[in-house]
Amino acid sequence: MNPTALIAEDEPLLAQALKAELAAAWPELQVAAIVGDGHSAVREALQLLPQVLFFDIRMPGLDGLGAAAELADRWPTDEAPMPQLVFVTAYDEYAARAFETQAIDYVLKPVQPERLRKTVLRLQQALASQPQHAKPAAADEALERTLAQWRQLLNAAGAGAGAANGGSAAQAATAPLKMIAASEAGGATVRMVPIDQVLYFEAADKYIRVLTATHEYLIRTPLKQLLTQLDPEIFWQVHRAVVVRSAAIEAVHRDEAGKLHLDLKGRPEKIPVSRLYGHLFRAM
Amino acid sequence: MSVGALPRFRAENIRSMLRHGLITVAFCCFIAAALAITQHGDWGAQMVYSLSIGLISWLFIDVGRLLISGHREILWPTGPWGYLLVAAGVLAGFFGGNAIGDAWTHQPLLNFSSFEERRLATTIIITVTATICMCFFFYSLGRSKYMRSQIEQAQRNATEARLKLLEAQLEPHMLFNTLANLRVLITIDPPRAVAMLDRLNNYLRMTLSGSRALSHPLSAEFERLADYLELMSVRMGERLHYTLDLPADLRDTPVPPLLLQPLVENSIRHGLEPKVEGGKIAVRARQDAGRLVIEVSDTGVGLGATQPAQSGGSGFGLEQVRERLATVYGDQGRMSLAAAPAGGTCATLSLPLPPHA
Repeated sequence: MNPTALIAEDEPLLAQALKAELAAAWPELQVAAIVGDGHSAVREALQLLPQVLFFDIRMPGLDGLGAAAELADRWPTDEAPMPQLVFVTAYDEYAARAFETQAIDYVLKPVQPERLRKTVLRLQQALASQPQHAKPAAADEALERTLAQWRQLLNAAGAGAGAANGGSAAQAATAPLKMIAASEAGGATVRMVPIDQVLYFEAADKYIRVLTATHEYLIRTPLKQLLTQLDPEIFWQVHRAVVVRSAAIEAVHRDEAGKLHLDLKGRPEKIPVSRLYGHLFRAM
Repeated sequence: MSVGALPRFRAENIRSMLRHGLITVAFCCFIAAALAITQHGDWGAQMVYSLSIGLISWLFIDVGRLLISGHREILWPTGPWGYLLVAAGVLAGFFGGNAIGDAWTHQPLLNFSSFEERRLATTIIITVTATICMCFFFYSLGRSKYMRSQIEQAQRNATEARLKLLEAQLEPHMLFNTLANLRVLITIDPPRAVAMLDRLNNYLRMTLSGSRALSHPLSAEFERLADYLELMSVRMGERLHYTLDLPADLRDTPVPPLLLQPLVENSIRHGLEPKVEGGKIAVRARQDAGRLVIEVSDTGVGLGATQPAQSGGSGFGLEQVRERLATVYGDQGRMSLAAAPAGGTCATLSLPLPPHA
């Protein structure tokens, strides 16, 4: 069976060009669909279950990183192995540099045949090493490998995107947040919330919920940006929308579907753990 | 520079104080010489009186102004405090200086009990006039130094603003994506590639040189917008539609170059690019009650949805337009940003029309 791919790229000419270059570099690969935004990318990928994803980092709706993180959670691993992920970017010099040091892949626009052939080679090797009808244990191992790859790729791209935002991330990283100016839910009052009281952050539509043992506040800073101001030893990202205080984690549960949930000291909610971050809670 | 953090007695202030002291000494010598010649008095005694009065006033006022004005840039107390300080300095100098002089000559120059009216008046007038003149002189000196530093600061700001503008225009993503598109077109559609290259050429030329010219006709401004929008519509394909509407009678109206560019860029970056299905941008110029009104409206995601923090200094474009309006038109230039009726955003500029147009 020929391998299939999905291209997510919002600039139509560039999408066509990538498809043409791929046809030359990897004739057997079938491009199952070309989509122009992140949400369509997730939807089509879940339906078509391709082996390879080419995701533009900057896309309308949901960007490439967000789409990948969502796919990592929702991918039906019992139907098909996790796809190989390649980011496509015109100019993310930080991200590009971060990728360079790793064995995973990105493609810089405009796509150059020489470079694309290398990518194709890596993809072919990765696909070949995937067990076709493997035992469950081997499949788990393959999944874990792919997840680790994706994690690195998303981290590298995320760090790059943060640094590209005028270097504010780097600046903030030197001074961890002590107090958060947050509005009370539904109110016009802004409260200064000491970071020590925060148990977890959860991204909702256009804002982030800040939860302490007793209160809920709202801030408007994007989670990506907030993360750069938090101490990564103290606050762990466990889901693309959730960051928890590690010291507040009381227990980790696995449900029938194999999904992980956290219990926090002082909060009644069950916190979902994304597949991408499951490794944090594997028993030592 | 943060003014609040300046230490009061930093080296620079002490230096300027000592400089003032030296000038004061020279001035006192001059007065003493003048008095010694006109009143045929004792040369040495005149010197002692003059120097004592002058130096006490100087010390009192110069230290006083540092203490009172504290951390501000012009080191001079504002309002009544300045006058009070000078008056107190004059009094201190007058009595203190006379006391020292009297001690030196062993006989009072001004015997307050046997009131010598003419002598007293002369001394007072000289002390008061000299102190006020010196104070005014030093004040002007400090002020002109402050002004100079302000001018330098303003020049630095202007340079920085221009660099930031350039950086915003030549945003790497825009440039590299455009080049990537160009590369594709070269193989599949050479004539279109040439057309796109010409647009890019115009756009770059204008961006790199435009900030230097003071004004150009509105028609030129619209042509540059067309270049930019054409580049963007090659990139975005069906997701971008645009219309430019410029009435013939407004074509020659002079406007600052690239004034509208940041507004159109905002519409694309924060309005249409995040929107999956894309949308429309309309730029319209019209005349309204003797004013030039230009509207940049889009059907993008709208004001509420934009997250400035995420998009890297998006506020800069608008701030920049506001600043340029204020510089060129004073309070006659206005800009407003509102939610467009059809969703999306509408930026409206209103400028005074030049009289002949």
